[in-house]
Amino acid sequence: MYWGHMVLDIIISGLISGSVYALLAIGFSLIFGVARIVNIAHTAFYMVAGYCIYYTTHEMGFHPVWGMFAAVIVVTGLGMICYRFLINPIREHEGAVLIATIALAMALQEIMTIMFTGTYLSVPSLVKGYLVILGVKVFYQQLLTFIAALVALGVLWALLMKTRLGLAIRSTAQDKEVANLMGINEARVAMITMGISVGLASFTGAIVVPLTILDPLMWMHPLIMMMAVVVLGGLGSLKGSFIGAYILGFAEAIVVFAIPAGAFLKGSAALSIMILVLIIRPEGLFGVTFEEER
Amino acid sequence: MKKPVVSIIIAVVVIVAAAVIYYATRPPEAAATIKIGVIGPMQYVQGIGHWNGATMAADEINAAGGIQVGDKKMKIELVQADSNEFINITDATNAMERLITNDKVDFIVGGFRTEAVLPMQDIAMENKKIFIGVGAAHDELCLRVAKDYDTYKYFFRGSPFNSSYLGRTSFIHLGTVAAILKNTLNIENIKVAIAAEKAIWTEPMIKASEGVIPKMGMELAGVWRPSPVATDVTAELSAIQRSGAHIIFTIFSSSVGIPFARQAGELKIPAVQVGINVEAQKDGFWQATQQMGNYVSTLNTYCRGVEYNELTKPFVDGYVERFGETPTYTADTYTAIKYALKPTIEKAGTLDADTLVAILENASYMAPSGKVEYLKDENGNHMHELKWGPGNITALGVQWQDGELKGFWPNKWKAVPEAPEVTYKGIVPYKIPPWVIEAYKK
Repeated sequence: MYWGHMVLDIIISGLISGSVYALLAIGFSLIFGVARIVNIAHTAFYMVAGYCIYYTTHEMGFHPVWGMFAAVIVVTGLGMICYRFLINPIREHEGAVLIATIALAMALQEIMTIMFTGTYLSVPSLVKGYLVILGVKVFYQQLLTFIAALVALGVLWALLMKTRLGLAIRSTAQDKEVANLMGINEARVAMITMGISVGLASFTGAIVVPLTILDPLMWMHPLIMMMAVVVLGGLGSLKGSFIGAYILGFAEAIVVFAIPAGAFLKGSAALSIMILVLIIRPEGLFGVTFEEER
Repeated sequence: MKKPVVSIIIAVVVIVAAAVIYYATRPPEAAATIKIGVIGPMQYVQGIGHWNGATMAADEINAAGGIQVGDKKMKIELVQADSNEFINITDATNAMERLITNDKVDFIVGGFRTEAVLPMQDIAMENKKIFIGVGAAHDELCLRVAKDYDTYKYFFRGSPFNSSYLGRTSFIHLGTVAAILKNTLNIENIKVAIAAEKAIWTEPMIKASEGVIPKMGMELAGVWRPSPVATDVTAELSAIQRSGAHIIFTIFSSSVGIPFARQAGELKIPAVQVGINVEAQKDGFWQATQQMGNYVSTLNTYCRGVEYNELTKPFVDGYVERFGETPTYTADTYTAIKYALKPTIEKAGTLDADTLVAILENASYMAPSGKVEYLKDENGNHMHELKWGPGNITALGVQWQDGELKGFWPNKWKAVPEAPEVTYKGIVPYKIPPWVIEAYKK
């Protein structure tokens, strides 16, 4: 009975963490695949979305749903402005982009610290309470987060696979030069992809923030996990990011439930799995080999 | 043409170097004020507490004319240093260096994380500056004083008392709550889960807990070690519930105390939380847990409405009135300045560190949190460690009860059977969460 419950705990916990990591990693992979932008500020946008919800609900008194809408719109807009004025001018220099996005993330962290101090804050759940599934307690908010993550992933899949915009994005990701020759406005596609990518980050922030606490450093752990997912799945591979996210989500859950006194090791265990996979498959699970890429 | 340019450059470099050396090594001018450095993570509640407590003390002293040093009155000038120690310990040591070498402070108060305070302590000691630590609890800070007195004698513990005493007090709280559960719910075999963040200061407490809990007649259900910055502990909570624990003995000083309390409350985990949860000591805990932190208890220093002595109420009420929140233990920079430094300087009539150390280490004075005296080790060496116990400093057991933090311990507490009972003014009974009663009522 105990083992049965533990397995169920691991499944539920792994699915929820995996979905969150998948949302973040796919957004990150998308802009990397299309524009070769390693956006370190990706999870900083996720943090800003959390603060937006706090501000609109706690300071302005709006319902959290409106706060979430506001957060996604404001942060997506912010992301596109940052892209237009900060990243686009140096886009051709990948190293410079990397450094610029690190600086952007730090700047966003400092701005949030100045505005809200380092005090830990929180926002209310959309749905309070919990559900008991086969003896395991699951927050309604966790279920909502899981469903919202799946819906977002489904919408993204439909966008990429069933629309002309998706075709343009995939073409640009596959071969920028050829896509250009085929009449695709690569710069515009990159701008739109950045919007989608940051939109996904802010959406993730919006659905996760009721389950977590807000502080200006909250972007760092997801950044590490997101990078691990992306590297594990293969740089730029959306399928790899999706599968890698669940692998690491489950790895974390197994550590917490199987080694309670070592729960703090869950991140390290997940990263160790990533290293192991990379030793066997340096290109990640679904990445192209470095030779091919060259 | 080149030679005159080179000569000019060399001349400029020499002049600048000479000026730098002169200003760096010139003897200090007779200071008109006593400069006190207040060091802490200023963007966080802990550092804000450091600064608020120090500001309050300095304003009160200055309003009364200042500190009498020999035949002259000197006012206090505070210098704020953001240690940023939650993010970067190097920032903390740099801030300490800056206070001493650039701002040339006379004394330092503050510090929070042991990991940062240990190197900060070394810098202050090298420069023979009195540093009253207000925040870090690790025993090592004062063991160093006993081991190497000549080097570390300028360090004093201001607040809280050390990890060993924190542990001891928490065990008393654990025993108190366990007795209440046993008597109220007729639970014969109380099971205790330890939930401790992964940090240096928790290690000795976990080790002690593993030994003490069985000796107290309770069963250890397991030890869980979430990351100090974990934001989702539902997995740990599910596992704790599966262990059948009636009590969760918390050892948290970091942010993990918030999601732990919030998620345990929301999941209605049938176990009461006792121990240390530094986040639960703050007024913001109620909002941060979205009211789910109800019935969480923790060791604490101050609580509205609870009085250790006649100095507590004026301090707590004055602090609340001025800053709009209850002081946490880092606000004991107030005690460090007003009740430790001021009388010591006035008695010595000088700012000489060695003279002050000799007076302060033998001092006995009342403060808002109790009577302060410093311990010696078994060999009679000064440790500058706070004396714990009835008559000195005991701290409080506090519990969130419907949006308000209430004191529940000491309530008719006897340190030893023959000792008199201790109950502070304003103490109320402990409340068991209704879902715990529901889960275990027979």
